[in-house]
Order: sequence, then structure tokens, then C-alpha cells
Amino acid sequence: MTDTLDKAPAPSVPPEQIKAIPVRHYGRWVAGAVVVAIVALLGVAFSNAKINYGVIPDYVFDKGIMEGAWTTLYISVLAMVLGVALGIVLAVMRLSSNPVTSTVSWFYIWFFRGTPVLVQLLLWYNISLVFPILNLGFYKNEMTQVMTPVLTALLGLGLNEAAYMSEIVRAGIQSVDEGQTEASHALGMTQGQTLRRVILPQAMRVIIPPTGNEFINMLKTSALAYAVQLPELIKTVTDISSASLAVVEMYFVACVWYLFLTTIFSIGQYYIERRYARGSSRNLPPTPLQKIRANMTKMNLLSLSNWRR
Amino acid sequence: MNAMVKAEGVHKSFGSAHILKGIDLEVNPREVFCLIGPSGSGKSTFLRCINHLEKISAGRLYVDGTLVGYRQQGDKLYELKEKEVAAQRRDIGMVFQRFNLFPHMTALENVTEAPVQVKRESKTVARERAQRLLDRVGLGDKSGHYPSQLSGGQQQRVAIARALAMEPKLMLFDEPTSALDPELVGEVLDVMRDLAEDGMTMIVVTHEMGFAREVGDSLVFMDDGVVVESGHPRDVLTNPQHERTKSFLSKVL
Repeated sequence: MTDTLDKAPAPSVPPEQIKAIPVRHYGRWVAGAVVVAIVALLGVAFSNAKINYGVIPDYVFDKGIMEGAWTTLYISVLAMVLGVALGIVLAVMRLSSNPVTSTVSWFYIWFFRGTPVLVQLLLWYNISLVFPILNLGFYKNEMTQVMTPVLTALLGLGLNEAAYMSEIVRAGIQSVDEGQTEASHALGMTQGQTLRRVILPQAMRVIIPPTGNEFINMLKTSALAYAVQLPELIKTVTDISSASLAVVEMYFVACVWYLFLTTIFSIGQYYIERRYARGSSRNLPPTPLQKIRANMTKMNLLSLSNWRR
Repeated sequence: MNAMVKAEGVHKSFGSAHILKGIDLEVNPREVFCLIGPSGSGKSTFLRCINHLEKISAGRLYVDGTLVGYRQQGDKLYELKEKEVAAQRRDIGMVFQRFNLFPHMTALENVTEAPVQVKRESKTVARERAQRLLDRVGLGDKSGHYPSQLSGGQQQRVAIARALAMEPKLMLFDEPTSALDPELVGEVLDVMRDLAEDGMTMIVVTHEMGFAREVGDSLVFMDDGVVVESGHPRDVLTNPQHERTKSFLSKVL
């Protein structure tokens, strides 16, 4: 058995190339000019505003603010990890044929998606009203002692995120063709093996882009934890601004950090997506580094050929 | 000789739709058993009952003398646990109309997946066998390719290798060439013919009458959930006794 194909012979005379005058796109020029004008006007307005831009660079690397940025980062990562883990559990529960687990999952999503995160955070903050004392048998303490700002923010943000993540995971699992489950079962693989080895790796392609979105949202939603006394970015800059009287400037400093963090994670997301695209497209898209390298060699070749001419 | 597959009055309903209405048949070891019939006749459903992808509603179905999906104690039937069903399926290979290869794994990984995960075989052993099987189906040089980089015929040959990797005693083929371009049908049938010559017990749902006549040992014509006619492929295909068989064959031959 061979896979050589009988190719039809190529014509010996090369065809004459088409030389035509390209269509002129006047609309593009007009649209471009309008956009440039609007951007320029905005730039002028902001530069003439009563904002002391000079102080911003002084505060970007301020020790307190960097600590705030670090708190924002780790609370977001922890809450996201909790959200993803619990989200997978809730999605599997929701899809299970057991009516009790699927109903519980439905109610969880209904409640945590249907109420504001701020309210949920404040609820955890005041949980000692419901459970004044935490007693786990081996561990007993006053609830107000247990619920530190970090734990409050983690539970508030993480449990809320789980509701959203479970819907994303469910959509991902359901996007995988049923034939995959059948093929896996026919090979003697159990339900768990099928989920772990066949379904989830394929679901990842659908799960990752919205999850990246969720994470970037989380970086910014974590600002609400300022209401439960967590010293993250917004709380830090607010505290500093009330002392330095540079209110808007301090929020700009916070924005610099938010933009920095979201940029870093967008790049990370690109690489993760690329990894899970294996097998779904015939050729993987090049990484930015590979793109740069390819362009460099192209330019080298061009300059070389120009040189020879 | 014990039958490899034995069906006694097998019925299957999906809700109110009665798909199989009492199937009785026997498939002997080393036999190539072809199932033909119009679409909706229940032949694919019956095939899927053999490895318990579908639960039968009535009757008894045995593979190699063992009840499929149930355990009988006295006159009571107990449903098998998920793990026990999975264990029964290990010995039954299945090839699907739409290949159903795992798209996130290379051809080699597709073939090694089940032996490593299900039989807990070492990766080296599984990889060696997988390479031998891919060589056998003529795709030894494609082991690192992902399914999306292979043609339909190549994908189906990988799917056959994947099923063979579990060293099954019975192979089920569910219209293995129906999703292929006519040009690619031959390469898949060649692999199946090779397998038949090797003595594999095969149940083949097919529309390839040429293959059934050449390679098949028995043939069953099904219509509307019942076996209409059965016998040696040459006899049934050239000299059908039943009116329904005659009219079906006159359309497909």
C-alpha cells in the first residue's frame, strides 16, 4: 500500500500574469483622517487637563503601591484557581445524571451569578453574624479571627468566579463531539479516563479564551476587595491619595499597573491557546518571536539581494 | 465450536421507536459476518448493542459465551458496573463511520492511548506495537501526524490500528467506508481484507457489496428491525429469495 499520488503533468508554458490597476479605496482615507483627528483632540484635551502628570512616574515604583499590585496579583490568581477548580466540579455535577447533584449545581450558579460580587464579599465579611464561632472539631476559633481580609476576598471572589467558570467548562465539555466519548468507551476506557484523557483536553480549546477573559476581569474585579479592607492596588492608592491630595494621579498610577498585569497575562494566554490548538489546525500559528525572526531573515535576504543589484 | 457472538430475540427501543424487533443470529470465530440493509433498518444499532454502547431492551446477547452488559444469577439479571462494562469492551474493537480519532493526539498516540491507559502497559511496549500496527496498515511514516493532517482513508486506517492495539477477539465495523471519497475506499477495504485473511472475527455493517461477496463468510440482510434473509454472501447477493431483498439489491448493485 502506498500513498503516492499520480500527479497530472504541469503545463510547460507559464501563464501570463495579470497586470491591473487596483481599486482605489477613498472611504478608507476619509475614515483614517477622522480617527486621527479624534485621537489628536483627545490627546490635546488630556494634556491641557488640570492633572499633574509629573507625579505619576514618582509613584509607579513606590514601595506601598508595588505591594498593592502584588496583593492584587496574588488574590486574583488564588481566586481564579479556586474558581476554576470548583467550576470544573460544578460543571461535571451539572452534567451528571444524578438529579440531586445537577440541581445543587444549578442553584449554586443561579445564586452566585445572580447577586452582585460586592454583596457576596460583604456577606463573607459579616459571616460571623451567622456563624459566630468556627468549629471544625480539630480547630476552633472566633469567626472574626478566622476571616482575614485575604480569606474574605478569596472566598468572595473565588466562589463567585466558580459559577461563571462552571458554565464555561460545561460549554467546553459539550462542544466535544459525542463520537469521541463513544470511541473512548469502545476502547474500554472508563468515564473518568474518558473525561480526563479525551474530553477535557479537547474542551480546553473552547474553555481557554473565555477563561483568559475571566482572569483579566478578575484582576480588575479584585478592586472590590477594597470594601473588605484588603490592601490591594485600589485601597493602597486611595490611602496614598488622601494623604498626597493627588487623587486622579494616583488612580492613573493604579491603571499603569493594571495595564501592565493584563498585558503580561494576555501574552501568556496566547501561548496556552497555541498549545491546545495542537491537532485542530494543520499548522500552528507562529509565536511572536518566530514571527520576528522570520521577518528579520526576510529583511536580510532583501537587503542582500539589493546589495547585489 | 462456541459462537463468538450469539443473539437471541434481541429487541431495542428508543422511547416509542422500536428499532430492533427480535434479532437471532450467530457469528462463528474467524468468520467475516456482513450486515447489509437500508438505512434505518437497525443494523448499526445492533452493532452498537454488541459492545453495549446501546442497552438492549429485551432478549439475550452473548459475546464469547458471556452475557453483554449484564450478569445472570438464578433467574435475575444484574446490570454490570461501569468498570465491568469497560472490561468487556476491551476485547471488542470498533471502527466508526466517522473515524472518531482523538484529534489532539498524533496517530501513534491514538494507537498507544488505550493499551497504556486501560491495560496499564508500559509506554515502550505500547509504542513498539503501535508502530508495527501503523506499518501494517501502511502508515508507518505517518506516526507523528495529527488526524487533521491525514486523509479520510488514512484516518480510518489509523482507527483500525487503534482498535487492533487492544488485541481484540472481535472487530466491529460500522460502515467504515461510507464517509470516504470513492478513491479512498479501496485502501481501507485492503486493510480489512488483510485482517480477515489473518483470521480475525469481524462483523461488518457495509454498503460495499463487492467486499461482502469477496471476503464475507456470511451475510445478513436486515430491514425494519428484523433479519429478512441470511446465508452465504454469494447466494444471497446473486440469488435472493425474498422480495424485499431483491428490491434492495436491485437498487444498490
